[in-house]
Amino acid sequence: MTAILEPETQSTVEHAVRLSGVRKAFGTGARSVVALDGVDLAVEPGEFVCLLGASGCGKTTLLNLVAGLDAVSGGEIELNTARPAVMFQEAALMPWLTASRNVELPLRIAGVKRADRRRRTAELLDLVRLGEVGDKRPHELSGGMRQRVALARALASAVHGAGGGKQALLLMDEPFSALDAITRDVLQAELLRVWRTTGTAVLFVTHDVREAVRLGQRVVLLSSRPGRVVQEWQVDRLSAAGEAKTVDEINGRLREVISSHAAA
Amino acid sequence: MPPPDAGVDTVEPDAVAAGLDALDTPDPGSSRTPVWRRIARTAVPPLVTLVLVIGVWQALWALAFWPEFKLPAPATVGGELWARLTSGEALGFIWTSVHRAVLGFLIGVAIATPIGLVVAKVRFVRAAIGPLLSGLQSLPSVAWVPAAVLWFGVTPTTIYVVLLLGSIPSIANGLVAGIDQIPPILPRAGKVMGAGRLAGARHILLPAALPGYLAGLKQGWAFSWRSLMAAEIIATSPDLGTGLGAYLDNGRFLADMPTVISAIVLILFVGVGIELLVFRPLERVVLAARGLGGAL
Repeated sequence: MTAILEPETQSTVEHAVRLSGVRKAFGTGARSVVALDGVDLAVEPGEFVCLLGASGCGKTTLLNLVAGLDAVSGGEIELNTARPAVMFQEAALMPWLTASRNVELPLRIAGVKRADRRRRTAELLDLVRLGEVGDKRPHELSGGMRQRVALARALASAVHGAGGGKQALLLMDEPFSALDAITRDVLQAELLRVWRTTGTAVLFVTHDVREAVRLGQRVVLLSSRPGRVVQEWQVDRLSAAGEAKTVDEINGRLREVISSHAAA
Repeated sequence: MPPPDAGVDTVEPDAVAAGLDALDTPDPGSSRTPVWRRIARTAVPPLVTLVLVIGVWQALWALAFWPEFKLPAPATVGGELWARLTSGEALGFIWTSVHRAVLGFLIGVAIATPIGLVVAKVRFVRAAIGPLLSGLQSLPSVAWVPAAVLWFGVTPTTIYVVLLLGSIPSIANGLVAGIDQIPPILPRAGKVMGAGRLAGARHILLPAALPGYLAGLKQGWAFSWRSLMAAEIIATSPDLGTGLGAYLDNGRFLADMPTVISAIVLILFVGVGIELLVFRPLERVVLAARGLGGAL
């Protein structure tokens, strides 16, 4: 492996991204809907943070804001990273490009030279264990394999331009929720392995408590309408029993948050 | 998250992953069907239709419902067609018409493509001329012939104007439809990869719109051909040479039904031939690359 896949060396910056008092409203006047209200959140370099919440809590809105697909209505987002890469629930691969050309695409758009592009693409495909199917097109791959190609593409985009004080940041919007249980399980393990190899910071959105606890170092629970940070849990290096206990605890809190909406 | 060396991953995750990949990879097209069988499968059904049509025609002729000058025998028409083909005249007619149609079609593509892009991407332009484009598509191009003749006389310009007015709307509309049908996730994916307007159009928008654009081109060709025939039938002059349309109109003028039917057969033959030889293979390549078009 070459430099681009090595863990980030010690850096002086203490966070990869910091949201302070972020507010997002859609529409104007009396009919406006407040999706996020006063969200404070920081992700350290190389940290794996899971954002958890029921539907309508503005998880996706938050990712869109960090990704720069949408503008905040208030507050501030401070990015110490290169352009954050995004992985969606669908693989969103270009159907006319082969797997390796798909991974190459962000590098092509960034104007990286061909030989360099090819080399990095091959490395990334190997990293997600798809070195052999680089010539296949998306429709020839299974859902899980497509999502791994999407992961490699996101890494190509995240790691390019990282370094020199710039961190890599990967934003993931329920990337495994459309997959079957076994594939999801395998891909979660795969993601952890890739994350440890690359040392990218990850902001992972999910509505699955078990997934959040298994993957994340920290789990952040958002309330719904408007989304606010309700509580945080440190879930790094838990024992199996500790993990089960935390899952129960978070589930209970999540239920509380959801049932509070029935009264309103 | 569990510590790296313990926790849930006790079942050899690598082996499970490898097994899943092996199971999940779709079968890359099992043994290919032999060429002769594929040809038989595509060529036999239309041949059966042709034989049936000629059979019914022959029967109707034998029953003598209509006088000979209204419904000639298939053999008579075949004789006329054969005579024209062997004398090389038919080739001349076809060449005159086809080179006009191809030239006009290419000019049409060059004009319609930027129009389609602008209509698809600029809201004001779409509101302003979108309905007009759709309306023009349903206007029979014969309707333009009188106007064109008054503007430009019976000249090649008239023929090209009619042809362009027929083909441009359908090519432009095809491109607009192609762009409208792009799944919105693809441009979004492009945007988060840092693609600006230009890079987005080049790397995502245009390739993603290609199947719709190709359908538009195919339809545009059909419209070009139809418009050209309309123009050639109405605007006839010795200066313009004899294309298939003029050949057909000659038949009408001489009340010679075998000529009329031969001309219709040739017009059909060219239209279908170009579709099969040019557009079908192109479409097959484009769709197969995207995992679409199982029926082709």
